[in-house]
Amino acid sequence: MKNSLVLWLLVGWVGYFILPWYLLEDGLFAFDWLFDGYPFDEDYSPAFIQVFSTDKAWLLPLVISLLLPLKALTLKKSDRAYASYLICSGSLGLAYLVIQGFAIGVSGWQFSLFANYFLDSEFNQYGMGYGALLYGLSMLMLLTTGLAARGVMKGDVFVTSSIGLIIAIVTVFVFYPVSQVLISAFQDNQGAFSSASFIDKFFDEKIWGLGCTTRSVSCGIAWNSLTLALLTATITTGLGLAFALIVTRTGFIWKKQLRLLTVLPIITPPFVIGLALILLFGRSGVVTEFFADLFGLEASRWLYGLPGVLFAQVLSFTPISFLVLIGVVEGVSPSMEEASQTLRADRWNTFKNVSLPLMRPGLANAFLLSFIESMADFGNPMVLGGNFEVLSTEIFFAIVGAQNDQGYAAVLAILLLAFTLSAFFAQRIWLGKKSYVTVSGKADSGAHMGLNPMLKMSCYSIALPWALLTLVIYGMIMFGGFVKSWGYDHSFTMQHYEDAFALNWTELGLVWQGAAWDSFWTTLSISAIAAPLTAAVGLLTAYLLVRQSFKWKSGFEFGTMLSFAIPGTVIGISYILAFNVPPLELTGTGVILIICFVFRNMPVGVRGGIAAMSQLDKSLDEASLTLGANSFSTFRNVILPLLRPAIIAALTYSFVRAITSVSAVIFLVSADHNMATSYIIGLVENGEFGIAIAYCSVLILVMLSVILAINLLVGERKLRRSNRLSNAIKKNSNAPLKLKEAE
Amino acid sequence: MHNLATDLGVNIKMKKSPLITSMAIALLATSASTGALAKGKLNVLCSADTDWCSLMETRFEQETGVKVSLIRKSSGEGYAQLRAESKNPKIDVWWGGTGDPHLQAAKENLTQAYRAKELPNLLAWAQNQSLVSDNRTVGIYAGALGFGYNKNLIKKKGLPIPQCWKDLADPVYKGEVQIANPNSSGTAYTALATFVQLFGEEDSFEYLAELHKNVSQYTKSGSAPIKAAARGETAIGIVFMHDIMKQVKKGFPLKIVAPCEGTGYEVGSMSIVKGARHLKEAKMWAEFALRPDIQSLAQSVNAFQVPSNQASSIPAEAPNFDELKLIDYDFAKYGSVATRRHLLQRWDDEIKSLAR
Repeated sequence: MKNSLVLWLLVGWVGYFILPWYLLEDGLFAFDWLFDGYPFDEDYSPAFIQVFSTDKAWLLPLVISLLLPLKALTLKKSDRAYASYLICSGSLGLAYLVIQGFAIGVSGWQFSLFANYFLDSEFNQYGMGYGALLYGLSMLMLLTTGLAARGVMKGDVFVTSSIGLIIAIVTVFVFYPVSQVLISAFQDNQGAFSSASFIDKFFDEKIWGLGCTTRSVSCGIAWNSLTLALLTATITTGLGLAFALIVTRTGFIWKKQLRLLTVLPIITPPFVIGLALILLFGRSGVVTEFFADLFGLEASRWLYGLPGVLFAQVLSFTPISFLVLIGVVEGVSPSMEEASQTLRADRWNTFKNVSLPLMRPGLANAFLLSFIESMADFGNPMVLGGNFEVLSTEIFFAIVGAQNDQGYAAVLAILLLAFTLSAFFAQRIWLGKKSYVTVSGKADSGAHMGLNPMLKMSCYSIALPWALLTLVIYGMIMFGGFVKSWGYDHSFTMQHYEDAFALNWTELGLVWQGAAWDSFWTTLSISAIAAPLTAAVGLLTAYLLVRQSFKWKSGFEFGTMLSFAIPGTVIGISYILAFNVPPLELTGTGVILIICFVFRNMPVGVRGGIAAMSQLDKSLDEASLTLGANSFSTFRNVILPLLRPAIIAALTYSFVRAITSVSAVIFLVSADHNMATSYIIGLVENGEFGIAIAYCSVLILVMLSVILAINLLVGERKLRRSNRLSNAIKKNSNAPLKLKEAE
Repeated sequence: MHNLATDLGVNIKMKKSPLITSMAIALLATSASTGALAKGKLNVLCSADTDWCSLMETRFEQETGVKVSLIRKSSGEGYAQLRAESKNPKIDVWWGGTGDPHLQAAKENLTQAYRAKELPNLLAWAQNQSLVSDNRTVGIYAGALGFGYNKNLIKKKGLPIPQCWKDLADPVYKGEVQIANPNSSGTAYTALATFVQLFGEEDSFEYLAELHKNVSQYTKSGSAPIKAAARGETAIGIVFMHDIMKQVKKGFPLKIVAPCEGTGYEVGSMSIVKGARHLKEAKMWAEFALRPDIQSLAQSVNAFQVPSNQASSIPAEAPNFDELKLIDYDFAKYGSVATRRHLLQRWDDEIKSLAR
């Protein structure tokens, strides 16, 4: 264990003495500094040299925390002083790092309080870079190692450090920025604090009005959002379950295709579904005109408003609940169902009383995710909302609209947060403390029972027309990229693809001539970096939540879910407010986008991981631990392989979300790091539907192939006898599976 | 010292995966290649159409050799970004977008004063923009408000052709008019302020209440009504005329109407951000953007606004400002926070909450 301590200490030393302490202007991945005056150039020197060469004396005390632990290395681990040294140096180092970072900014002292004591304000510093990053990480690890030595988490260093790390990053990248923007809810228009203005704004008629129940005016936006989210969540969970059942429990021939089809809407950039729906069902839509002619009806605008938004959201979010549910439905142990059938229950009763209750974590998580997604959705209400106003669009326009009222936006954000959090707690209560363990490591027969005919027919009759509709919509979209003017002039053209993706060979080599290439490559690389990070952070968190018990666990869980419940617009603004100035100066870089995606999408990894993990019997871990493995290798070799569906879901989802998300991104993109969606919005605003759709079609194809690749790479989870004997044992000679065979 | 550096290089390579290392090398290569050519840098926030933005970008780069990093955001988003970044601005110059947010930015001290050489050669409304903001912003183009109707739909429904603002309140158009919500759209706020200046506040709210019965939806985005009209989702959309022209150019069956009572207009503006890191280049851009030969290029990318320099050529498709009966739009008054809050509040209370 001391090895890892030495390693972390070394990291701190490298950060302090060797790497450039401050942010490099050219970004984290530029290495110009190596050849450009390092280590004595003011911009590139490590902290230790800065102390002397540029008179940044306030960096000197940091060295204390690097020296103290040396003393600890000479002590035995059981010695109380060992832990004390580590805790002391770690917490001191961290605290001092943070304080000096906030106290001294680009223009000197940041707090007038300090400035009075130190009149000399000639000094300043920029954002933290490599060195500070490693130093901070090292301090955190010293602290958690010390705590573990004190007996926290039964002395498990891995678990303690993981918890410490996750708390630290969630604090920095979720709580800190969000608090910046929420504070403005309590400020009046001049920036002074007043709780009266909060109350005024919060109880506004615009938010809570119930006029729509009696007269033909629109209701308060709070009610609109709530109704929409509840309806969407209910319908998508039902549809998702129907799809999951068809794929896992029936002999349906096009399962694979169905699986792909349900994934389609999730990989569709926003606005596109809305536009396609308008062309089909709008007042001059194809379908509308057909029926209007047939029955001689007056074409109506039913699509604009609640029905249209609901329609589009159900199309967009069914795949999410499907992705969450499929792992859970697969995981339900056949032996339970067999037991039920042996006891003479028919298939319907077995499904109703055994399988369905065992799927509760999946259902609850699917419902929760759709609910939150619907609340935070921005693209669909934007295109189809009509006079139906919801919180997410109101927040956006409170910030960027003619009002420019950040306080009102913050009030609405708090409200939205309150809704999503209540959903979160309601879900917890509904799940209760029951056990949903079905993957126990004990032998079972392997074959899931089929669905009873009635249920099968209803699944088919719900899911298949839906699948057909999805197909038609995607046909429309693909078609839109090849016609001159979508919905008006349908003569064939390749012009849109040429404009977006032209390539040219010149004497200089390949020239990426199309207008879209720039944002296309940025989008892909940023999403590709963000996806595995998201999955890793999410699953680690899930592991801690399900498998470890510690004080304040529900607070911890709440914290990790928070970023998902906050609308993207608020996240975007809060990131600019928090990370545009030192100590963490990230705006304008690609890093801020990556971080934003990781923390926005992490909750999906967490939810998926929790749902899957609560099915795994704890005896699997215990077996591994009993056999002498530590908690890290148990996580790595036992839990992770059994979590493959959750990993796939997290990877896919975060990759795709990074490509398709809009509202947060609008504020974070910069000239050098432009994302596809913000580029597409520009096109849509401009009415250039052709190029926008061509671009979307290409993105859809790319995402599809990536999803297939992820599925192939991560592989399937081997749970049951049918596939267990032949492959799993040979490949994976881990403790629990072998144990099963020994039985 | 070189030893240290190479040590470090090795260290870094060992820590990162091959993918990241190769990406780093690729990035290094690209930055080296562009670095050789660049004669300075400039970060531009562009709130005009994408095509126009990139035209300006390439033209400026070709002419000056300055490396331009340009990001396109709507004027509301741009203004929100400037505010959020005010302590440490990343943008140097903000070009294009409707004038109100530029004036607000000027008022909040987010932008800095600059008098371009071309200023005396600009049209009156553009100079006025500079005057009311203490030279913190200047007009680069103007667009007049109007409405457009879908020829086919009007004919099919047998509706009369609307000529005036007051026509739109006629019950025959019930459910056939769209305009944006002035809370979210600068275009619709310009319309609101125009009505108030044309008819007086009380009469204009009476008019809006009548109009409300005909409006099928208040869209979020300012130009959405005319796009809906283009595709036959509504018959009439109230927007800026150049937005209608753009749809007409795409072949949609729309007709532009210059309302008989007269109309208001927007002044697309340009501001240099306070604390710009590349001030010299920002000033170069400001001079460049006001030059007649540069302004005359706009029509090649279907931007049919009226350019602000007297010597610029006016696109044939642009509305003729002399024939429009433009009102004497009071930008200082109707751009001020107090008036804006008052009008929007009134609109919310008296119009939005009306039953249909």
